[in-house]
Amino acid sequence: MKILVALKRVADPDNANKVKIPADGSKIDTTGLEWKPNPFDDYALETALRLTEDGKTTKVRKGEVVVVSFGPKDVETTLRSALATGADRAIRVECTDEQLDGLVVAKAIAKLVEAEKPDLVVLGKQAVDGDSNQVGQILAELLDWPQAAFAATVREEAGAVLVGREVDGGVLEVRVKFPAVLTVDLRVVAPTSVYSASTDKAFKYNEGVRFAPLPAIMQARKKPLDTKNLSDLTAEKPRIRYVKYEAPPARKAGSKVADVDALLDKLKNEAKVI
Amino acid sequence: MANVLVVAEFAEGKVKKTTHSAVTFARTAATALGGSYSILVLGSSAGSAAEELSKLGAAKVLVAEDASLEHYLAETYAPTVAAVAKDFGVVVAAASAFGKDLLPRVAGKLEAGYAADITEVSASGGTLHYKRPMYAGNAFGVCVIDSAVQVVSVRQSAFAAAEATGAAAPIEKVAVVAAGQAGARIERVKFDQVKNERPELAEASVVVAGGRALKEQFYDLLNPLADAFGAAIGASRAACDNGYCASDLQVGQTGKVVAPGLYFAIGISGAIQHLAGMKSSKVIVSINKDGDAPIFQITDYGLVTDLFKAVPELAEKVRAIKAG
Ligand SMILES: Cc1cc2nc3c(=O)[nH]c(=O)nc-3n(C[C@H](O)[C@H](O)[C@H](O)COP(=O)(O)OP(=O)(O)OC[C@H]3O[C@@H](n4cnc5c(N)ncnc54)[C@H](O)[C@@H]3O)c2cc1C
Ligand SMILES: Nc1ncnc2c1ncn2[C@@H]1O[C@H](COP(=O)(O)O)[C@@H](O)[C@H]1O
Repeated sequence: MKILVALKRVADPDNANKVKIPADGSKIDTTGLEWKPNPFDDYALETALRLTEDGKTTKVRKGEVVVVSFGPKDVETTLRSALATGADRAIRVECTDEQLDGLVVAKAIAKLVEAEKPDLVVLGKQAVDGDSNQVGQILAELLDWPQAAFAATVREEAGAVLVGREVDGGVLEVRVKFPAVLTVDLRVVAPTSVYSASTDKAFKYNEGVRFAPLPAIMQARKKPLDTKNLSDLTAEKPRIRYVKYEAPPARKAGSKVADVDALLDKLKNEAKVI
Repeated sequence: MANVLVVAEFAEGKVKKTTHSAVTFARTAATALGGSYSILVLGSSAGSAAEELSKLGAAKVLVAEDASLEHYLAETYAPTVAAVAKDFGVVVAAASAFGKDLLPRVAGKLEAGYAADITEVSASGGTLHYKRPMYAGNAFGVCVIDSAVQVVSVRQSAFAAAEATGAAAPIEKVAVVAAGQAGARIERVKFDQVKNERPELAEASVVVAGGRALKEQFYDLLNPLADAFGAAIGASRAACDNGYCASDLQVGQTGKVVAPGLYFAIGISGAIQHLAGMKSSKVIVSINKDGDAPIFQITDYGLVTDLFKAVPELAEKVRAIKAG
C-alpha cells in the first residue's frame, strides 16, 4: 500500500494561550513559541505506519509512506523527524503560510496525488493553529475520492479500509475502497485502533505515537527529501482573507469556596443558577 | 450575492436543533445583505421535515428526496447541495460532525472559500465579515471570503436557536444530482449509536463534565448530579480515551463546544484544549483536589476537595433543593 501523509507544523499548541495580538489587530504573533508538529498529523503518520507494517517488525515497511509539508525551509525539521520515525520519502512544497488556505493546500496535494498515485492520503482532522478542519474533505472532492473523516479506527481489507468515524451520537462505520482520503481523530492512536492486513488481531500497540530511535535519526538524513514550488502545483490564491485579529474576551478567576454548602449558597444567592 | 442557503441537518426523521442555529445566522446575514434565506433538506423521506422547516421564516424550503439519500454521506449529499448552492451567495450549516464533514466537500466542488466554526457575522459595505476562533480559542480572526459562493459553518453555541415565525414558506422539490465515483466507493456499514436520554451537550443549560479522575465511576458519580439539574454530561479527552465514557461526550477544541449557563468541571485539570470548548460558559464551577490546577484560573466557584466525597453530597443537596 502506498500512503501520502500531509504534515503541518504549528506553534506549540500546549502554549497556545501565549499567542499575542498587537493592538492594531494586524496578526497573531507566535514569537517565542516553538514549532511543533500538528498533533493530528503525528497521528496521521502513526496511522500510515501501522497500515504498512505487521506491528511486530516495525522496520519492515510493506509499501511506501510519503510525507508532504507546505511551508518555508524550516518545515524540513518536521519532515526529517517523520523520516526518522519511519516514513520513506518526503516532499517539501516551498511557500509561505500567507500563500495558503484550505483550498490552495488541497489543490496542490491533488496535483501531487496525480504524480504519486497513492492508495490513501491520510491527513489530520484539523490543524490546531487555524482550527479549520477542511483540507482532507476538500481534497477528496477535488479527486472525486471517498472521504472517511474523523477516523478513530482503521482496518485494512483487500483494496479497502473499514473505518470507524467519530460523529455526533456515536461511531459510524464505513468501508472506503482505494484510492481514498482519511482524516484522523484523537482515538486513532489507541492500542487497537489501526491494523494492516498482516497485523495479528491479538497485537496491541503502545498508546500514542512512536518515537524515532536514535540510529534512525542519523539514517533519516540519507532518506530523500525533494522540494517543489507551490506555483508548479497550483496557481490558486487563497479565498479566505483575514482583515483583523482579536484577543478573546478575558475571563477572571473567581473565588474558592470552603465546602459544598458554601458552593450551594453562592450558586443560589450570588449566581442565581439554582 | 444576496441570498443565503441553510443546509438542514435531518436524521432519523428529525430535524436537528443545529439547523435552528444555522437559521439564526442566515437571518442575520440575509438582513445585512438585503436578501432572503432558503432552507435545503435532503433525505429519502425529507418531505416529512419540510413542513417543520417551512415555519422558520425562510423564503423557500427546498426538498431533495431520493432513496440514495436515506443515510447521510458527504459523497452522496455534496453534489446536490453544490448544485443548489450555485444560485446563492452564502451556504451555511452548523459546525456539527455533519456540517464539518459535508461543507468543505461542497466548497471543493464549487471552488469556494470555506470558513469553519463562525461565532459572529457582520456586514460592512455589503461584504460579510466572519469572526472565528483559532489557536484553541486563544485568538479570533475576522475574515472575508473571496469567491462567488461563500461556504461557512457556524458554532451552535454562538447562535441561539431560531424560533418559528408567522407564515409558512412555500415548499419546492429540487433535482437530486447523482454522486460520482466517490459515492460508488463508499459503503455505510453500521452506526453504533450511543444511547443518550439526556439533553444534547450543545443545547443544555447545565453541563456536568468529568475528567480522568473519575475513573470507572464516571457515570455512577455524575448521573445523580446531572439528574438533579436535568443536565447534559460532558467529559475531558482523558476520560473518553480511557473508555470511562462515550467519546461523543468530549468537550474541547476538537470535541463539542458548549456555553451553558452553568458548567461543572469535575476532576478536570483545565488543559488548553479543554478550555477551548467550555470557557464561554456563564458560570463555571470546578471541583479538584489540586488547588493549583489551571482550571481554577477561569473558574467562578472553585472547590478544592476530593471529588469522590463532594460530588455525591452535592448531588443529594441539589436534589433536595430542587424538590423544594
Ligand atoms: C490534539 C489534541 C486535542 C485535544 N483535544 C482535547 C479536547 O477537545 N478536550 C479535552 O478535554 N482535551 C483535549 N486534549 C487533551 C488535553 O490536552 C488534556 O490531556 C486533557 O484535557 C486532560 O484531561 P483531564 O483534565 O481529565 O486529565 P488530567 O489532566 O489528568 O487531570 C485530572 C485532574 O483530576 C484531579 N483529581 C485527581 N483525583 C482527584 C480527586 N480524587 N478529587 C478531585 N480531583 C482529583 C487532578 O488534580 C487533575 O487536575 C487534546 C490533546 C491534544 C494533543
Ligand atoms: N501547510 C500544510 N502542510 C501540510 N499539511 C497541511 C498543511 N495545512 C493543512 N495540512 C493538512 O490538512 C489537515 C487539516 O488542516 P486544516 O484543514 O487546515 O485544519 C492537517 O491536519 C494536515 O494534515
